[in-house]
Parts: sequence; structure tokens; C-alpha cells
Amino acid sequence: MTWNRKHLLDIESLSPEEIMTVLDTARAFKAVGERAIKKVPALRGKTVVNLFVEPSTRTRISFELAEQRLSADIINFTAEASSLKKGETLRDTARNLEALNTDFIVIRHSASGAPHFLAREINSSVINAGDGAHEHPTQALLDMFTIRERKGQISGLNVTILGDILYSRVARSDIWALTKLGANVTLCGPSTLVPKEFERMGCRVTYDVEEAIRDADIINLLRIQHERQRKTMFPSLGEYSKLFGLSKARLARTKPEVLIMHPGPINRGVEIDSQIADCARSVILEQVTNGLAVRMAVLFLVNGGKGPQGVAG
Amino acid sequence: MPETTVILNEASIQRAVVRIAHEIAERNEVSQEVVLVGIQRGGVPLAERLGRILAGIWGHSLPTGKLDVSMHRDDLDQRLAPDVQPTVIPFDITGKTVVLVDDVLFNGRTARAAMDALNDFGRPKRIQLAVLVDRGHRELPIKADFVGKNVPTSPGESVRVVLDESGHADEVVLEKP
Repeated sequence: MTWNRKHLLDIESLSPEEIMTVLDTARAFKAVGERAIKKVPALRGKTVVNLFVEPSTRTRISFELAEQRLSADIINFTAEASSLKKGETLRDTARNLEALNTDFIVIRHSASGAPHFLAREINSSVINAGDGAHEHPTQALLDMFTIRERKGQISGLNVTILGDILYSRVARSDIWALTKLGANVTLCGPSTLVPKEFERMGCRVTYDVEEAIRDADIINLLRIQHERQRKTMFPSLGEYSKLFGLSKARLARTKPEVLIMHPGPINRGVEIDSQIADCARSVILEQVTNGLAVRMAVLFLVNGGKGPQGVAG
Repeated sequence: MPETTVILNEASIQRAVVRIAHEIAERNEVSQEVVLVGIQRGGVPLAERLGRILAGIWGHSLPTGKLDVSMHRDDLDQRLAPDVQPTVIPFDITGKTVVLVDDVLFNGRTARAAMDALNDFGRPKRIQLAVLVDRGHRELPIKADFVGKNVPTSPGESVRVVLDESGHADEVVLEKP
């Protein structure tokens, strides 16, 4: 087993062995969630700050429950009701929180690199819960966990990520994780949202959706992020749905054992047909269950980590 | 190279395990109440072996589980996160006599964590502890009910148990640093 990191800042700097360590550890924590008593004392007496400067519901709830199941004490801090609105800098906010002797800071921020900045400035362990369009490492880890659990392995699988790649931190973290673990990654979507430059990350870019999904073992759908787009990148949601949405007709032309994934929240009728979201091939709700186990594993592992960080970039 | 001494060889391990099984059978008159739980990792093959012998003595198989205690350890702050193994207890332990099985009993902290972890699965009627080797140096008021062999050691030494590993003969080895 190889984990000696104090922080989880991104997937880019992790080794394949470190990713597998998280997945193996998460398997044990998933079993905890299936017991009558779903709580273990691993982080008893530790304090976690959930510093969500950018709004989030599902990731925050998942982290919060993971922390509670590890017996940690929790402080929730959101931008809307905080001193950040009064002009305090991120560094001062974090240092004030740390003055309360916190042990972990889970940060969601609209600025890429905010978690890396915090990790340099303070003594607590920092976990990136999504930074701008940069990375969302726990999402990628839960995606890898879900794929491995369903398919037995990741290496050699054809994984197609379909949708808004440009603004997606999930896409970036998934691409890093999938390529490190030996999957063949194809990106597809409107050319305005899927620049060719992504091929430098070791994946393939195509604008032919039929070709992109035909041989896929996994189709990972990404939501169109209206809130991140400064200008309209395609004519309308209706047209997007027609050209790139996963319809029943398109699904019929995929491998019968293909898995449909989505990080949520889903927009029924836009990137995914409503019935497909609920069909047997959809693992969208399993991803939510697995996210809890993966976040417990990450907190458990960084708690023991003391080593140098090797921050990428 | 560390200096090594073989404490138990394959035959003496088997004799010790058979004796422990008979002691468990003697102590527990109601065999239907007894379940075995091996502590990951060294206790798991030992529990399986005890289970097979006890099945022969009692004429029925008995529930055997495995327990990982990593999440209940009291030293998580002082070490890297441990390698977490699966916990599989596919039966109800409430009202049962749980025989916890481990290969080596040392400071007693693993046994304490194991008793804590068991509480999350139910309330046993009683818990007993069976170990292949008791090497002393207890840091907690914990004592094994069934011991294969008491081995005097110094704290810096280590006891290595090889059990049911393919390509290796079973043995217990004392290593001096």
C-alpha cells in the first residue's frame, strides 16, 4: 500500500498505485455503510471544516456524511453567510478557522488552484472538493471505484466522456485518472466545448457522437454548465439534446453491456433521455453511494499522511 | 540480515491448533452458540483452520467471519493509514460466544480494537480470545483464553507467522533486529 500524502489536491499528481490504494480502502468503507451501525471511530476528536466558497449540495452532503460516519466534528462554512462576503481574503478565512485547531479543510472554490494555495498556507490537511474548471478529484475517484466494481478493471476499457468538457473539472480529473489506469478515453461534444487541445492529455477527441459511443464500455455524460459559460457556446439546449443527447435511439446502437454514468445533477431531456437515467445500465445512483465510501477513504488516508506532497503544476 | 529462530514448525503448529480447538470445545458446552472471528490478516487462516477442526469435534460446521480493526485502532495518528482488509461477518453475533482469533498477541491494542469493532455488529454473550503465540509486553489489561505457545521476547524483536501461504511451509519465526 502506498499513501503518504497529507492532502488530496488533484488527480494529476497521483500515481496509479495511489489511486488504487484509495479504491481498495473505499471498498472497506463501503461495507461499513451496509452495516446496521454505519459509524466508525477513525477520526474521533478530529475537526473538519467544510469550506464551500462556491455553492454545492451533493458534494457537501456527501463529505458531511462521510465525516460524521468517521466520528469527526464538523464546521460548515458557506460563502453566502460568511465573512468572505465582507471582504476577508481566503487566506485569512482559513487561518482564522485553523486558529480553532482544525485538522482538515475540505474546500470547494470557483478559483482553480485555491486548494493548492491553502495547502501551502496552513497546517491542516486540505481536500479539494472542486476548484474552478481545474479538478474534482473525489468525483474521479468515485467514478473509478464504480467502473472497477462493475467491470472488474479499468485498464483496456473504452470510456467516452460526452458533453461540456471545456468547463468541466470532472472531465479533467476523470481524464487524468482513466489515462493513468490504462483506459482508452474518447471525448465528444460540441466543438466549442471540446477543444482539440485535450488530446495532449492522452485522449482522443471526436465530434461524431455515433462513432464516439459505438464501442464504448462506459459513457460518462456531463451536464451543460450554464453557470460557467460566459457566452453561449451552442445555439440552444434543444439543439444540444438533438445532436449530442443520449436518446433511446442512440443507446440502441451501443454495446449491450455499456454503463451510463453521470456526476449529477442530471438535466432530464437535455444530455440524457429521462428513461435512460433510470434504466438498468445507468449507475448514476451507485455513483452517489460510492462517493460516500470514497470520501471516507480519502479522509482516513490523509489523516495518516505525513510525507512530502509533490504538488503538480 | 536479522537473526532468526524457528519457534514452531509445521507439526508443532498443527498440534497447538488442535489443542486450542479441543480447549474451545471443552470450555463451550453449547456448541451452537460458538462463532469464530479471525482478525485480519494473520488471524483469518488460523480461524478457518480452527473451524475445520471444531467441525470435526462437534459434528457441525460453525460460522466463521473475518474482522479488520484498522478503523478502530487507537494509534491512527502515529502511523500511516493502515492497509484496510475486508470485514465479513455474515451472521448475527448477538447472544453468541465469539472466539476472536489472532496469530500473535503482543501489546493487546489489536484485541481491544477488535472488541470495539465487534460492538458495531451486535452484543455477544461473551468474547473469548485465541492466539497462536503470546509474546508478552501487554499495554492493556487483556489476556488470551487459549494460547498455542507462550514465547518470551524483547520489545525490539518481531514474531513472524507463516500460515497457509502457497509455496511456504507453515512456521513461526522469531526475528532479532
